[in-house]
Amino acid sequence: MALLDIEGLSVRFKTSSGLFAAVEGVDINVDRGEVWSIVGESGSGKSVSMLATMGLLPWTAQVTADKMAFDGQDLQQLSSRQRRRIVGGEMSMIFQEPMSSLNPCFTVGTQIDEMIKQHLGGSRKERHERALDLLAQVGIPDPARRIKAYPHQMSGGMSQRVMIAMAISCNPRLLIADEPTTALDVTIQAQILELLLRLQEDTGMALILITHDMGVVAETAKHVVVQYAGRQVEKQDVKSLFANPRHPYTEALLSALPERAGDQDRLPTIPGVVPGQHDRPSGCLFNPRCRYATEHCREVEPVPAPDDPARTLCHYPLEDGVSPSPAAAGVARDNPQSSPHREVRP
Amino acid sequence: MFKFFLIKLAQLVPTFIGVTIVAFAFIRLLPGDPILLMAGERGISAERYAQLESQMGFDRSLVVQYLDFLKGLLHGDLGNSLVTHAPVMDEFMSRFPATLELSLFALAFAVIIGLPAGVLAAVKRGKTLDHTIMGVSLTGYSMPIFWWGLLLIMLFSSTLGWTPVSGRISYMYFIEPVTGFMTIDSLIAGDWGAFLSALHYLILPSIVLGTIPLAVIARQTRSSMLEVLGEDYVRTARAKGLSNFRVIMVHTLRNALISVVTVIGLQVGLLLAGAILTETIFSWPGIGKWMIDAISRRDYPSVQGGLVLIAFIVMIVNLLVDLAYGVINPRIRH
Repeated sequence: MALLDIEGLSVRFKTSSGLFAAVEGVDINVDRGEVWSIVGESGSGKSVSMLATMGLLPWTAQVTADKMAFDGQDLQQLSSRQRRRIVGGEMSMIFQEPMSSLNPCFTVGTQIDEMIKQHLGGSRKERHERALDLLAQVGIPDPARRIKAYPHQMSGGMSQRVMIAMAISCNPRLLIADEPTTALDVTIQAQILELLLRLQEDTGMALILITHDMGVVAETAKHVVVQYAGRQVEKQDVKSLFANPRHPYTEALLSALPERAGDQDRLPTIPGVVPGQHDRPSGCLFNPRCRYATEHCREVEPVPAPDDPARTLCHYPLEDGVSPSPAAAGVARDNPQSSPHREVRP
Repeated sequence: MFKFFLIKLAQLVPTFIGVTIVAFAFIRLLPGDPILLMAGERGISAERYAQLESQMGFDRSLVVQYLDFLKGLLHGDLGNSLVTHAPVMDEFMSRFPATLELSLFALAFAVIIGLPAGVLAAVKRGKTLDHTIMGVSLTGYSMPIFWWGLLLIMLFSSTLGWTPVSGRISYMYFIEPVTGFMTIDSLIAGDWGAFLSALHYLILPSIVLGTIPLAVIARQTRSSMLEVLGEDYVRTARAKGLSNFRVIMVHTLRNALISVVTVIGLQVGLLLAGAILTETIFSWPGIGKWMIDAISRRDYPSVQGGLVLIAFIVMIVNLLVDLAYGVINPRIRH
């Protein structure tokens, strides 16, 4: 039984122009102690699907799923009280903006203590000791002094360490990290990632890392979900994903890595942007930016082939780096994105 | 924190000097003359007028008069009333507790009802309860005080007979003034009947005076709560698995209070201004009624002294609000 088992997760937002499907058909099944990564550009619904799992979306969101279970408990059937016992205790989350994610009115110690009190209990002294331990564990120097600090007295990196300390304070079995390094300095980013991986190994918790950085995926995750415009387009373990991307979007993301670009003068890019609420194309959502797109792609929405373990959302999944699409005939394998700045056709 | 207090205190000095100039000039800019008003319809001879003018010091230049006023102020002397000849300070102090008591009860009423109403409206935003609370508070805000006061008197005092129409306490009781607060004095005297009577007399005037501040506080609380509810740290609080009550009352309200406290502080000035009307409606023996009488008699020392004292009190309250910030918001304290 998977620790987190989600099938067919959809999130729709009520907007003035009707319902907007921010996430549709996302499946994820994380086993105990596994490290997963969800990748995709901004606007691909990575955060939203995890916020939906945690139950943190605003009231305008409608969350539906064929299955949404944590450790065998159906999250959709639980009362809000039962669900709060899981959220924060067994399944916790850290966010993109550490500076604004801590309450400016309370000290670091108070905010960690509150969480321990909620889920673990214990005497005031025990909780204080635990908070000090946690701060030391996440690499905060001089915890005895820092525990009395207010969030505005700390840097972004320190704040994120505090957020991590808080998130792991109740020994969660799953930690969701939503772009935990995006708002930080490059030098701090690596430290925070290392810290997360070390804690994951030490505690044996499962980790879901949301990122838009394929480099981070390669260094951290065992399994990868690729999302595009709210759809899950591919799901593979990290080795085969890097060796054999199935979806053209994954291939394009990988070829944009400097390490893979080889000797080209320009780093390949994916032309265009992720479609928003009002400019969603017909057919496959990726077709305006896909170099293999055919008339068929522009008209018919793809569904994953039943026998495809990667559940690739594409009419022509790549086989060993080669697209069976009729449109691929003219595209040379060695030079992906031969003209990176070509015009995007709607 | 002490340094912060001293800086804030020093900032009050220029404001206070400005207030003295305005208070001094304001009453003299009004048409009318205290001596002519005292003389009444029979008129006064030119010699007697000149004699009185020099006796009261009004024959000197305005600058000299102003400096004289300032000099007295520094010694805590606001001069004597032209009408009663009693020191303005004594006249003010004997009436001020009545106004303060009324204002505090009105403010308590406004905060106790307005704050939860604002929180409730924010939590239930877009629902019927939200629209109802905001609609009622807008009505309360738009209502003229004197009309609202008369309406309540007609309903609760005349028709239902639940509350008294005017005064501070039933004539059955006589309470020796110690603090000047009827409620506290009656407790000091150990007279429960008098205490209840004093509360009974406070109900309607407090509601009338507190209605506008209540509306302002409710609206400010709602908008401030809505703003904070969208903050990342509120999402963090939910991610911690805290109860909805704790997320709202601890993590959201605490931050929303920062701007609400400012608004509550600003209401104190409005309360003292509103007290003038409310006291007139309910014949409440406070400074409001006293100031109106002093203005109509062109009692220069009483008016300028009264204005300066009221302004001083408002400034002190705002200073306290600034200090309260430091307590609520650690970003200012450190």
